[in-house]
Amino acid sequence: MEREMMLQKLMELDFLAVDLGLYLNTHPTETEAINAYNQTIEAADTLRMKFEAAYGPLCSFRSYAADTENWQWKNDPWPWQTTANPSMAGKECM
Amino acid sequence: MWIYEKKLQFPVKITRPDARMAKIMIEQYGGCDGEWGAAHRYLSQRYSMVTPEAKATLNDIATEELGHAEIMGTIVRQLMQGLTKDQIIEGGLEAYYVNHGFGVYPCSAAGVPFSAAAFQSKGDPITDLYEDMAADGAII
Repeated sequence: MEREMMLQKLMELDFLAVDLGLYLNTHPTETEAINAYNQTIEAADTLRMKFEAAYGPLCSFRSYAADTENWQWKNDPWPWQTTANPSMAGKECM
Repeated sequence: MWIYEKKLQFPVKITRPDARMAKIMIEQYGGCDGEWGAAHRYLSQRYSMVTPEAKATLNDIATEELGHAEIMGTIVRQLMQGLTKDQIIEGGLEAYYVNHGFGVYPCSAAGVPFSAAAFQSKGDPITDLYEDMAADGAII
């Protein structure tokens, strides 16, 4: 459950970062958006570090998860498995 | 190049399989205006873009569409998993199933395999951007 909550929060932050990045591509001098982007990236990276330390790497390289003995990258769950994903039941947008 | 991240852009957790829904949802995976079409459209058209804004936008939305394709593939897979023979037949999924089983194959809801014929790349940025609006407008 803790894993799902962390992952959902990370998904939210990364989703926001992608959208802010797209916005900045066409509005590159809007400092409010640049600040929001930087803050989002920092918050996401902090959370990513915690998540990877606890549950293994999200990236096969450039990952925060340091592992010298067991190659965890291959491990389940992969993103298309139901067990990998937080439930959005009851969290629908209205 | 691209770096894979081992998570979906948006979570998919389907607890009840649904053959008819799988048959419909696959349109957005491998149909004319599906996510593979969008990703390949933008990936191909980005080379013709002339302004930094347009180059960055086409590159980045192409990348995001790859993530959307992964979401749609996941939806289709999870909708099929656990279907019984009767549910497959009742949901009209038997023609798909006889060829692909519960594998995820890029095709339209009508079973037409994904094709680059679904999009354009004309070497002219304005022409391509109009084509993009037509394609995305089909979804919106």
